[in-house]
Amino acid sequence: MSGKLLAIENLTVSFDGFKALNNLTFSMDPGELRVIIGPNGAGKTTFLDTITGKTKPTQGTVHFKGQNLAKFKEHTIAKMGIGRKFQTPRVYLNLSVRENMGLAYNQQKSLLKTLFPKSNGGEKDDIAQLLEIVGLLGKANSPASLLAHGEKQRLEIGMLVAQSPDLLLVDEPVAGLTDEETEKVGNLLIQLAKKHSILVIEHDMEFVRQIAQKVTVLHEGSVLCEGTMDEVQSDRRVIDVYLGNQED
Amino acid sequence: MNTTPRRNRSRLLIETLIVVAIAIAMMTVVPGLLNAVGQSFRVGLLGRFMALAIAALGIDLIWGYTGILSLGHGLFFALGGYAFSMFLQLQPPPGATGLQLPDFLVLYGVTDLPWLWKPFESLPFTTIAIVLLPTIVAAILGYLVFRNRIRGVYFSILTQAALIVFFNFFNGQQKLINGTNGLKTDTTYLFGQVMSSPTMQANFYYLTIVLLALAYGFCRWLTSGRFGQLLIAIRDDEPRVRFTGYDPTVFKVLVFAVSAGLAGIAGALYTVQSGIITPKAMDIAFSIEMVIWVAVGGRGTLVGAVLGTLIVNFARSLLSEQYPAFWLFFQGALFLAVVTVLPDGFVGWFKTNIPELVRQLTSKTKISTYPSLENNPDLDYERQVVSDRKSDR
Repeated sequence: MSGKLLAIENLTVSFDGFKALNNLTFSMDPGELRVIIGPNGAGKTTFLDTITGKTKPTQGTVHFKGQNLAKFKEHTIAKMGIGRKFQTPRVYLNLSVRENMGLAYNQQKSLLKTLFPKSNGGEKDDIAQLLEIVGLLGKANSPASLLAHGEKQRLEIGMLVAQSPDLLLVDEPVAGLTDEETEKVGNLLIQLAKKHSILVIEHDMEFVRQIAQKVTVLHEGSVLCEGTMDEVQSDRRVIDVYLGNQED
Repeated sequence: MNTTPRRNRSRLLIETLIVVAIAIAMMTVVPGLLNAVGQSFRVGLLGRFMALAIAALGIDLIWGYTGILSLGHGLFFALGGYAFSMFLQLQPPPGATGLQLPDFLVLYGVTDLPWLWKPFESLPFTTIAIVLLPTIVAAILGYLVFRNRIRGVYFSILTQAALIVFFNFFNGQQKLINGTNGLKTDTTYLFGQVMSSPTMQANFYYLTIVLLALAYGFCRWLTSGRFGQLLIAIRDDEPRVRFTGYDPTVFKVLVFAVSAGLAGIAGALYTVQSGIITPKAMDIAFSIEMVIWVAVGGRGTLVGAVLGTLIVNFARSLLSEQYPAFWLFFQGALFLAVVTVLPDGFVGWFKTNIPELVRQLTSKTKISTYPSLENNPDLDYERQVVSDRKSDR
C-alpha cells in the first residue's frame, strides 16, 4: 500500500449492531482532489469521523502515510497531517478572525510551547496572505461571531489550510451558501488542490461538477462506484440509489 | 492583535503602574481613611475580601475563560487554610520551646503528633503545601475527569461530589484535625507574636494585597497571548481544538490546577485574617458563592472577578449589619438580576455601554466596524479584485 496517502481496508463501523460503514475499501493518492457523494445515511460523516479518530473502527484498518491510525487520538492524528472542516462552520466565535487563524497556524501545539511561544517571524505575513486568499483580510480584527455564514465557512477553510495538513477533509463546504459564495468556495478548493490532497464530501451536484476530478459514491456504508463525474452519473446503480431516495 | 509590540509594551507598562498604584493606595491611603471615619474593622474585612478575590481570579480562569464550571473550589480553599493553620497550631508560644502539641489533641488524650501533622512543622513545606496541595488534588481530579471527556453539568456535579467527600472526611476526623470545630489560628503564634495582634493582622493585610496583585499579574499573563486564546477556543468549541491538533486535556488540567492553587493561597490568607478554618469552608453554598462573585463582576474579565468579590462581600457585610435575615434573599436577587439583566456582569456592562456613553457625550462619531465594513466600497472592490485574480489563475 506504499505510495497511497490514505488507504482504508475492509472498514466496518457499527453502532449497536447498525453498520454505518460496511466493509468499505478506499484509497487516495497524494495530490488528489476527491469528492465523495451519497444519499443521506450513506455513512459519509462516519467515514470522516473514522479517519480523524473520532470514531474507532469496529473492523478493518485506516492507514495514513503508511501508519495505522487505530491507536491514535484525534489531536495526534491532526498533528500527523489530517485537517478537518466540519459540516456546520465551527470557528472560535469569541476570538478575532486573525486569532482563529493563528491558533490553527501554530505548529507547536504542546502545553509549554503555547505558554512560552517562540516568535515566528513569518507568521503574520503568512496569515495575512491566507486571509487574502479566503477574502477575509478586511475583517481580520473583527470577532468571528460577527461573520456571515459564508464567511465563517471560508474562515474555517482558511484555518484548515493554515494548519497545513497533508490531507484536507472537507465536509459539505457549501451547505447553506448562496450560488455566488458556492462558486467562490469551489474556486478556493480548486486552487488549494494544487498544493494539497483534498477529500470533499458534498451533496450539491452542481458544485461537485465544478470541482471534481474523481468521484466516489457511497451507499449504505460501502463504495458503490468510483470514476469521473460523467461516468458516475451514467452509472445505472447510482441513478437507482438517487432516484429511489428521491421517491421516498 | 493589530497593535505593534512597542505599543503593547507601553500598554503593559501602564497597566502595571495602575495595579501598583492601586496596591500602594490600598496599603496606605485606604486603611488611613477607614480609620479616620471610625470604621477600622472594615480594614480587616477588606483584607479578607481581597483574599477571597484571589480565589475568584482562579474561578474566572477556569469558568470565565475556559468555560468549565467548578462548584467545588471550597475544597481547595479549605486545603490551603488547613495547611497554614496546622503549621500555626504547632508553633510554640514565646518562652516555650520544642514541640507544641495542639490543644485539642491534648484534650483528646493524644500524646504523639499524628503523621499527618509531621510535615507541617516546617515553614517552607507549609508555604509550598498551601499552593501545591490543592494544585495536586485538582490535577489528579482534573486529569481523571477531563481525560474521560466529562464536561458541563457532569463536571460541576463531580466537583460537588469531591467537595462532599472531603467535607465528610474533615468533619469526621475529630482526633486528627478537630472535626467540626476546625482549627483556630487567632490564638496561635508566629515568630513569637500572637496572630490576632494588630501588627500581625496588618502584615497579613499587606501580604494579601501583594499576593492579590501578583495573582492578577499571573492570570493576566496566562490569559493574554496564545495560551489565553486557546482557553477561549476550548470554551467556544473543544472538539475543534482537538481536530486542530491541540490536546485540550492537558490545558484544562493545567488551568484547573492553577485555579485550585490560587484558591489555596486565598484560603490560607483568609483563615489567618478571620481566625479560624472549619469544614464549613467546604459548604456547597460557599463554593457557589465564589461563582456568584465572578458572575456579578463579569466573567472573562479578571478585573471583574476582583471587583465582584469586593462588591458582593461588602454588600453582604453592610446588609447583614442592618437586616441580619435579609442577606440570603438579596444574594439570590443579585444573582438573578445579574444573569437576566447583566449577563456579562458589571465590568461587561461597563465595557459595552461606557464607550457608547462617552461617544454620546462627546458626540464624536466612532466607526462601528461591522456594518460599515459590509457597505465599504473600497473593501468590496478589493474583494472583487482578489476573487478575479483567483479565477484568472
